[in-house]
Amino acid sequence: MEVCLNGGRVLKETMKVGPQGQSKLGSMKFRLEPQLLVQIHQLMVKSRVLEERLIRMYKQSDGYFWIGGPGEEAFNVPLGLQVKKGQGLDFDYLHLHYRSGAIVTALGMEPVDALRQMKNTVTDPYSGGRNFSNHFSKKAWNIVPISSTIETQYVTAIGSAIAQRRHGGNGITIVNGGDAGTAEGDFASCLIWSTRPGNELPILMIVTNNEWGISTHASTQHGDGQISDRGKAFGMKTRTIHGNDVEESYFALKEAINYVRTERKPFLLEAKVSRLYGHSSATGCNLVTEEEDCLETFEKKLEASGILTRKKMNEIREKDTSQILELAQKVKQEPMPDPSTIYDFIYWGQKGRYW
Amino acid sequence: MTLSIGVRRVGIGKMATLVQAIRMALHYGETHLGVKDIFGEDVGPPLGGVFTATQGLKTSWNSPLDERGIVGAAIGLGLSGDRCVAEVQFCDYIYNTIDLLKLGGMQSWASHGDWNLPITVMTPVGSGIRGSIYHSHSFDATMTHIPGWKIVMPSNPLDAYGLMIACLKEPNPTMYLKPKALMRIRGQEQIPGEPPLTPEGEKLLKEMIDAPLADRSRWRPQWPSGLTDYTVELGVAKTVHEGEQITVVSYGRTLPLCAQAASQLQKEGVSVEVIDLRTLWPYDWEHLSASIEKTRRVLFVNEDTEVTNFGEHLIRRTIEDLFYVLEARPRLLAGAFIPGVGLADPLEMASTPQIGSIIQAIREVVSEQA
Repeated sequence: MEVCLNGGRVLKETMKVGPQGQSKLGSMKFRLEPQLLVQIHQLMVKSRVLEERLIRMYKQSDGYFWIGGPGEEAFNVPLGLQVKKGQGLDFDYLHLHYRSGAIVTALGMEPVDALRQMKNTVTDPYSGGRNFSNHFSKKAWNIVPISSTIETQYVTAIGSAIAQRRHGGNGITIVNGGDAGTAEGDFASCLIWSTRPGNELPILMIVTNNEWGISTHASTQHGDGQISDRGKAFGMKTRTIHGNDVEESYFALKEAINYVRTERKPFLLEAKVSRLYGHSSATGCNLVTEEEDCLETFEKKLEASGILTRKKMNEIREKDTSQILELAQKVKQEPMPDPSTIYDFIYWGQKGRYW
Repeated sequence: MTLSIGVRRVGIGKMATLVQAIRMALHYGETHLGVKDIFGEDVGPPLGGVFTATQGLKTSWNSPLDERGIVGAAIGLGLSGDRCVAEVQFCDYIYNTIDLLKLGGMQSWASHGDWNLPITVMTPVGSGIRGSIYHSHSFDATMTHIPGWKIVMPSNPLDAYGLMIACLKEPNPTMYLKPKALMRIRGQEQIPGEPPLTPEGEKLLKEMIDAPLADRSRWRPQWPSGLTDYTVELGVAKTVHEGEQITVVSYGRTLPLCAQAASQLQKEGVSVEVIDLRTLWPYDWEHLSASIEKTRRVLFVNEDTEVTNFGEHLIRRTIEDLFYVLEARPRLLAGAFIPGVGLADPLEMASTPQIGSIIQAIREVVSEQA
């Protein structure tokens, strides 16, 4: 089987397996091809190293605030790899929240640009130094501006999905957010609008469930069961998965994305993930050792399967760490925005104070 | 049907109503300007809007009763490049979308100019129909606090048409405030393309584009064939009554009252200049300041509540830019700072500016010693 990845690169996806379901590599349990597994690993490492550099930048006063998604790479990288990347209705629209760095890394983001946003330089291509880290925006890839407002992405997603339903083709709308935000009415709005009888929308609703809302644990606020079950009341296809598992994530996303692309109907996918550095810099952004580290889990499997050695994986991480450090040092030399530009682009194409 | 193009001034009582003007502009928008969705609660058939502003439109549809969903969907449609008009049924119910309006207004700015948002949100505002506490709110004071939008409020059918056309051509988000008290008023100027301005023409237009009260399942509108893209440019005010002694700036429901006051006072020898702001943001300061420099006295009139009222900003601008030309304190006449407009007639009349209070305020400003 082959899959079209990331705007045109075609990689072989699954391995030929033996009669017992095991690969030709013997004891490994993977179903994905080694080449793809290595690619996923590289992207997970790059994303993790980038997040850790962003955190260090914050701690070294090279940024005012950090928020991001370390701990969600096993789910977010496979998601990014299966996005139909491009501009316009024929491609996927992404209404993301601020823990989506690994998705955007998998789409091909240059790490230096995330560093620029952290440092608020004028070279920040996502907001020109105006927004927090991991608040991406890129029209050429249909990434609508990420907002700190919790859950509003679930109502804006309705609109692009309506446009894509009318347009046809196989472009879909993908929206993600955390579990705590599902208490907001906007989450219910998305369920209702995406399942209007006769007007079902091609929308993939994703909830990455880390069981936390800043300092508040879900068990103290939510008496409901699985979040994905809420979709069942609307007749939606739903699923809850272990989002720290790369392959489970990859194939669940594949199933959900294919369903939405072809059936033009919504799918609610809940992925249980970890939050490895707390909510944000507001809560210290220190490593949480009690939660599963999906990268560590994946690397153990890769090593056990013989796909990558520990030495090789260390080399990959060291290389990324070195390169991203070098980029961070470069970014520190880049200029800040000019104060005279504060009025620019209040209206599209407008510069300077206009009133 | 062949209809003349251009604006003609004729007697009152023969032209389209303000709500018919909006409807015709929306029809022009969906047939000529790329409008693909006109939606909101009860916007589609059979009702076509609680004020009938969307009757008979081919792209109109009913949404769930969900203001946040409506505004959010509009933002998403705009981001995907599809032009839409979303309605919130009364502005009293738009307050729970404030953060989404903030979000919509910052898409270009937050993305450093990468994204634009070509959407229009429209909502009925103000008092005048005995709408009680939750159908009488105004929204101009709140909306003008939200950057990134262009905000309009017409006071007559011709402007209602031309401002809507301007909104539908605009690449940025636009907020179209509909003064509900004026929905059924008829203008003094012909909308290019509307039927001949005779009593028969008025009746003809009603038969053509107003849905019947009875079964309308088979009803289809017959739109005037000559409608044009007559546009009232955003950010351009209009002097509706020329005068020398005071400038009165208003918009929406209170504008005709100000014009009426000016006519009445003219008989007493008081010369009042009345300006219809039309676009609240960005507003036509060049037009306003030229008039204020001429009259040296100014009164701002609107019906939103008086504390942190938009008129207060205009007074600030007047003081900062024109303090030394003023011969009297600039004044604001606005709605009382109370939670809502009470239903009983004496309560509503006392809560918002009326003809009597406007005349009194004009007299006070004009008579103030320099």
